[in-house]
Amino acid sequence: MKTGITRRSFMGTSAKGILIPTLVGVGVNHLACGPGPEDGTVTDYMNHFGVDEKTIQEVIGTGLSKGGDYCDVFFQHTISNNLSLEDDIVSRAYSNVDFGVGIRVLKGDQTGYSFTEEITPEAMKMAADTAANIANSGTAAQPVELKYYKTPDYYPMVQTWEDTEIQLKTPLLEKINEKILGLDQRIIKSSVRFGNETSWVMLATSDGRITCDMQPMVYVRSGCTAEQNGKRESGGKSYAARRGFEAVTPELADRLATEAVADAVLKFEAVKPEGGEMPVVLGAGSSGILLHEAIGHGMEADFNRKEISIFSDKIGKKVAEDFVTIIDDGTIPQLRGSINVDDEGNDSQKTVLVENGILTSYIHDRISARHYGLEPTGNGRRQSFRFEPVPRMRTTYMLNGPHTEEEIIASVEKGIYAKEFTNGQVMIGAGDFTFYVSSGYLIEDGKLTSPIKDVNIIGNGPEVLSKITMVADNFELDDGTWTCGKAGQGVPVSMGLPSAKVSSITVGGVS
Amino acid sequence: MADTIAEKTRLAEWVAAEAKKAGAEEVSVDILNRRDIDVEYREGQLDKLKEAKQNSLTLGVYAGNRYSSSTTNDLRRETLPAFIKNAIAETQYLGEDEFRSLPDPDLYPSETPGDLDVNDPDYASVTSEQRVELAEKIEQAALGMSDQIISVTSSYGDVYFESVKLLSNGFSGSSTGTYFQMGASATVKDPEGGRPEDYCYVTVRHFKDLLDPEAVGKEAVDRALGKVGQEKIATGQYPVLIENRVAGLMVRRLLGPMTARAIQQKQSCLQDMLNQKIASSYLTLTDDPFLPGGIGSGYYDGEGLAIKKRVLIEKGVLKTYLVDNYYGKKLGMEPNTGETFNLTFDLGRRSLEDMVKRVNKGVLINGFIGGNMNAVTGDFSFGITGVLLRNGKRDKPVNEMNITGNITDFWKKLVETGNDPYKYSTIMSPTLRFNNVHLSGN
Repeated sequence: MKTGITRRSFMGTSAKGILIPTLVGVGVNHLACGPGPEDGTVTDYMNHFGVDEKTIQEVIGTGLSKGGDYCDVFFQHTISNNLSLEDDIVSRAYSNVDFGVGIRVLKGDQTGYSFTEEITPEAMKMAADTAANIANSGTAAQPVELKYYKTPDYYPMVQTWEDTEIQLKTPLLEKINEKILGLDQRIIKSSVRFGNETSWVMLATSDGRITCDMQPMVYVRSGCTAEQNGKRESGGKSYAARRGFEAVTPELADRLATEAVADAVLKFEAVKPEGGEMPVVLGAGSSGILLHEAIGHGMEADFNRKEISIFSDKIGKKVAEDFVTIIDDGTIPQLRGSINVDDEGNDSQKTVLVENGILTSYIHDRISARHYGLEPTGNGRRQSFRFEPVPRMRTTYMLNGPHTEEEIIASVEKGIYAKEFTNGQVMIGAGDFTFYVSSGYLIEDGKLTSPIKDVNIIGNGPEVLSKITMVADNFELDDGTWTCGKAGQGVPVSMGLPSAKVSSITVGGVS
Repeated sequence: MADTIAEKTRLAEWVAAEAKKAGAEEVSVDILNRRDIDVEYREGQLDKLKEAKQNSLTLGVYAGNRYSSSTTNDLRRETLPAFIKNAIAETQYLGEDEFRSLPDPDLYPSETPGDLDVNDPDYASVTSEQRVELAEKIEQAALGMSDQIISVTSSYGDVYFESVKLLSNGFSGSSTGTYFQMGASATVKDPEGGRPEDYCYVTVRHFKDLLDPEAVGKEAVDRALGKVGQEKIATGQYPVLIENRVAGLMVRRLLGPMTARAIQQKQSCLQDMLNQKIASSYLTLTDDPFLPGGIGSGYYDGEGLAIKKRVLIEKGVLKTYLVDNYYGKKLGMEPNTGETFNLTFDLGRRSLEDMVKRVNKGVLINGFIGGNMNAVTGDFSFGITGVLLRNGKRDKPVNEMNITGNITDFWKKLVETGNDPYKYSTIMSPTLRFNNVHLSGN
């Protein structure tokens, strides 16, 4: 037993002390190189967090000492680095090191939660004692035997961020900037933001399971402002993935520059549509935001076990046309919304929410799965060790349908084609949801005509699902930087959609 | 508490000295510690109990016109040297930027103001039982309101924080404060289908200023019941009242384009608008950081700049941009802080109810959902919920509509401010009345 092994020993300079709370600039000195737990085995993670099995068992024992019926202990170490370029200079770097352990105790549907930023046996037991207070029966639990469970790897990396020095990253920002400024005479400002993050997490549950995961993330966002005849417009494009430095390619730089510029300059031609109800055609890819807001949140089972979702009484019912199949999937390689394991130790999976128009499954966390007597779906996610997990989406998408995009556009006499989106929101109970279209086109007599910009679309989840009257065969996943917020917690998600038509929905516009 | 502030100040001084030894020319150090306790109550029992303390230390490094900042939540002296070393190491590979330097020390506060009344001395004596009891009372009151209720979740939370800021060219400050929050969200049955929800939450700086739990529970349910039967109405131009508790959204959309960053990066619809009319003369917006007990009260900003009471918009005329240190230097403008603290309005004479009485046919907006604004052009579109007003009375709830316009055009349509500032926010807006606002429905 290695008592007294605290954070110092793994952040310090001992032989096993591989990780330093350092970020960019690793390799500048020789303190900070090397990956996290070496081969991903539980021993390495235990060493990384300076704990052993006995300590974890004792912490779980303390968590259950007041009659709780389940306890989990979530260790996390996250290193993130961000760079930003404005006015041609990469002149700001921001780095963050986050380290701690969250302890959750459940008693039926009730949750006790506490966390500590000090991973010492004393601090963990104190936190466990606080979380234990959700129960008060005073029955102590038997110690559990912990068994390591190896997860699949949906995000293998070629070059980890810990092996990537800052000098390797800045050229990407400079290249995108240069390209943006060179693409169009009308561009007057350009900016690029870049970030990478690596999280090492280890979870032990009173069911006896230990899982470990190393979670990489990279994001890049390009932005620009263009000026024409005294008018200004801005554009941007973002990219995110669970990848290492191999994600940084010349093609990525080209794409982010080209699309940001195209986005900005197209807006000079844009008009505002008339407001009101009309057919809306959703372009393939990021239009998946429709699914996220119209149905995804409403299918999160915490809302349903409390019966406060508009979908609470709809399982097994026909909610959409036969060709509509909607999936929430955590297993797509390298995608931002993918997870090897959820934050409760359950397998990530592909969960069918709507199959051939029929509502088939909610997305569950442990509490809701138990409530409904079902297997977990691997959707119990949390922002960090500071939060308890709740049901969250991963990557939400719709499968291809029987139509073509051409047919769909041709079927609309007067409406809009939505292409780029910035954000959305939903009210779970009423089912009202919105998404904001930053750019798209008018459809007039079956053809795309003037570009449009800056319209909000608002509809009702179940109603809009039933009004998806055409789905094309051009499915695309979106690799944008989507972050989903719920109950004060943000988690990375992805989305996808083939082009689809909603026969009628309210578009914000002018008269 | 004084001793823990002194301890944090000593740590900040030590980090600053170590960073300078390791090659930094100037540094900023921020240390924050907070304790959060949250309780949720549902179905007659405790649903969630959460309690924790957290720390952070942020080090800003300036060396050779280069700048970086790094944050860690490990504040132990034995691990900080490696953190400092790496913070400095990462700075050297950034680009040189002549505007990257600490603020001019003349801009720091020259004295500590009197008590801002933001730290409740009774915080430490609030007990676990009191916390749970408050949440329980809110839920009980709510559940007793109607048999249409599907679910109520009530909550209580409190926060205590301490922070210190040290700038190596001549500033050392600290602040401590408390927040107390209570509220509930309620979901009710709608015979037409749907499960409308609404909420009532308040935030105050003193435990004794919390509201009667019964009133909070009842308001959440009343609001949810008020949405039963909601539907969209015809697209058109309407007179619109925006209720005080949600009006802050439209104010915030003016603040973003007022920042020096937006101006310098040419991403602002308020470019070259200083001393120009950007709203109707009914809008006078003042920032008062020294408001006793204010949700946003303080005496220095995130960069250490002294803050003062100032008029941002006077009778519709834009009087100042929000200028932080870096973008101020880039623009050649004197930094005056890029933030706002407690925004207050010139108030009118009427209450919400009196304002409702004067609307012949219009909409009282009581919630926003989603939507966004293009900061460069000011064009916006947001989802709304509200109540159709007819002949001075509430007629029926409306939802699933969008409000669309341009932010400066929109504020020029302001024709009245109410007498009811919302005091549980940093934007203390009264109810606002606008004419000829475009709403899209069916």
